[in-house]
Amino acid sequence: MDITWFVVLSALIFATGAAGVLTRRSPLVVLLCLELMLNAGNLALLSFSRMLGNQDGQIFALIVLVVAACEVVIGLGIIVAMYRRRLPIDVDQMNELRG
Amino acid sequence: MSATGYGWLVLAFPLAGTLALALGWRLWPGRAAGWIGSAAILGSFAASLGMLFELLDRAEDSRSLVGTAYTYADTAGFRADMSILVDPLSVFMCLVVSGVSFLIHVYSVAYMTSDRGYVRFFAYLNFFVFSMLLLILAANFVVLLMGWAFVGAASYLLISFWYRRDTATGAGIKAFVINVIGDVGLVVGAFLLFDGTGALDYAGVFEEAGNAFGRNDGQLVAACVMLLVGAFAKSAQVPLHTWLPDAMEGPTPVSALIHAATMVTAGVYLIARMHPLFELAPAAADVGAVVGTVTLLIAATIALAATDLKRVIAYSTMSQIGYMVLGVSVAAYGAGLFHLMTHAFFKALLFMGAGSVIAAMGGVQSLDKMGGFRKAMPFTFATFTIGALALAGFPLMSGFFSKDEILAFTLNRGGGYVVLAVAGYLASGLTAFYAFRMVFRVFFGEPVPEARELERGHLHHGDPANPATGEKEDTEVGFPGPEHHVAEQAWPMKAAMAPLALLAIVAGTLGIPGVTDTLEHFLEPTFEDSRFLETHPSESSEWLGLALGGGLALLGIAVAALVYLRRPGTALQLRERFSTVHTFLSNKWYFDELFDAVFVRPMAAFGRFGRSIIESVFVQGVLVGGTVGAVRVGTSLARAIQTGELRAYAFLLVSGLGGLVLYFLIVSV
Repeated sequence: MDITWFVVLSALIFATGAAGVLTRRSPLVVLLCLELMLNAGNLALLSFSRMLGNQDGQIFALIVLVVAACEVVIGLGIIVAMYRRRLPIDVDQMNELRG
Repeated sequence: MSATGYGWLVLAFPLAGTLALALGWRLWPGRAAGWIGSAAILGSFAASLGMLFELLDRAEDSRSLVGTAYTYADTAGFRADMSILVDPLSVFMCLVVSGVSFLIHVYSVAYMTSDRGYVRFFAYLNFFVFSMLLLILAANFVVLLMGWAFVGAASYLLISFWYRRDTATGAGIKAFVINVIGDVGLVVGAFLLFDGTGALDYAGVFEEAGNAFGRNDGQLVAACVMLLVGAFAKSAQVPLHTWLPDAMEGPTPVSALIHAATMVTAGVYLIARMHPLFELAPAAADVGAVVGTVTLLIAATIALAATDLKRVIAYSTMSQIGYMVLGVSVAAYGAGLFHLMTHAFFKALLFMGAGSVIAAMGGVQSLDKMGGFRKAMPFTFATFTIGALALAGFPLMSGFFSKDEILAFTLNRGGGYVVLAVAGYLASGLTAFYAFRMVFRVFFGEPVPEARELERGHLHHGDPANPATGEKEDTEVGFPGPEHHVAEQAWPMKAAMAPLALLAIVAGTLGIPGVTDTLEHFLEPTFEDSRFLETHPSESSEWLGLALGGGLALLGIAVAALVYLRRPGTALQLRERFSTVHTFLSNKWYFDELFDAVFVRPMAAFGRFGRSIIESVFVQGVLVGGTVGAVRVGTSLARAIQTGELRAYAFLLVSGLGGLVLYFLIVSV
């Protein structure tokens, strides 16, 4: 199968994820969309790995999965902490850190 | 001990006194500090006598000795030793300075008794005497400059002794600034001489000067004029004289010591010491003679109108130093130094008498408020009158012989110098008048309340106040103490004034024309290279000059008696008749105003320009403000990006990434 399809699919997923991050206000959905973007990247890595015939890309993808898992743990932790303090679960209102 | 050994002792005593007093100031109770200071100066005087006897033991042509303690600086082509020169001139000066200083120390022991800064006062006095003796004994320009600058600093400390008085600190600053102008003149003069001769010690400079410079050589004249600037600043000659009358803000013994007997004679000493140079550069010597004459006239006229007792004496000091400068500038070295000595005696005496009168007035110095002290203060009256007679040049008093000898020498030079001599005779009439104006106004006439109180044995202490401005003061340290002391009630003051009165009468016998020439003969070895050594006025012309001077003195005294004793209202009438002249004189020829307009105001305007334009617009506005503005704009831009909006950051991130991708796409195509 032509590699173009894989890359196009990856780009589509990435764009979907990016659009979600930019438009959604719920931190949970933002995290989900981030996962989408990361996995779009993984797909591209795997595709190119297959195309080139070596394993480097696959290893990169595994590392990305690990990083994604860590990120989700921290992200969810923050959300739970916010929930416990009865803060609004809304990224637009979390703007205390401004210059 | 050798003569130079005594020379070092002369310096060591007052230095030790200064250190003992300054470092141990807590230890000395009561009047101990005063006696320690006096003893130090007495030691100095004794050592000076030692130098004198050592010199007299030697042959006349070997009476110039140099003693070196150590090498001060030794570099390529330049060597300065810490060395002193003992010759008749320096021994003579040491004797006058340490002798008069000792008596003034004794006077101060009583006079300053109640002052809270008693120990400090004597530490300063000893330091001053040390500096002055260092200046006199210096054998090269480096040591001379040290002494010269120390004297200026000591003068500043003593004038500002009552440091809580604004007028006193102002006067001290003025004296110091003008003295520094003189220091600069002296330094530049020494540089010019070093440049020409390659030597710094007197002997080397004088030896080389004849080879290095021609007669009236430009550089030599410039060097001598710069030396004169130094001399004029120290000796309060026009136009660098304005500090001397202001220096009367200091305690009266300071006026007697520094501003009459010692420091102000440093300029005269310098000119006499540098006589080989001035004889090579007669143009510079003529500058000195003219300035001396101008000063003696100007100061004598101002003294006619001044109403502050101490300032009258201060102007008379200026005037008498004008005579000395004239004398040493027309090569009448013996006469000039003779007058320096007699003047030191009678002027110190006058200041001591004035101090006693001011104390009796409870600190008031204005002649307008004094009168009738003759009965209340017989001792002060007698000694002050002796001083005034000597100042006036009354026949057979010391000032009579010394002043008229200067004028006789000046007349003898002929030519343009005759004009100077005539001016000198004119001023000697004025001198007699203002000297007795003081005597008659202070001691004669209706006794003022303070005099009546003193006649009953009660000393009026008055309310502590600044005599210049009338401001109220307290009597803590930094202001005069609560009690005053008059000579009638304090024996140390009497003990100091009596010998001076005696000397003011008899010191003239050291130089009676045709009878004695002790002093001139003693000083001869120093001046033996002078071209004018043999050009004496004839005896008859000297006696003629003496008769003329004595006649003028009597005339001046008679006029003063007429104006102030016979017809007491005459002075007021004269003042009204010649009110413009009086205003001109009582404003001191507007010298202060002139300096204010020429130097002070332009400098102040320049300073204001610097502050308002250069400092605030350029430095503050452009340099500092520009940097601050750039940083501020940059940070406000950086802050604007930091909104805290998560999605805005994400947008920036994505759009940046998108921009990069687009860029690479475009580039790769």
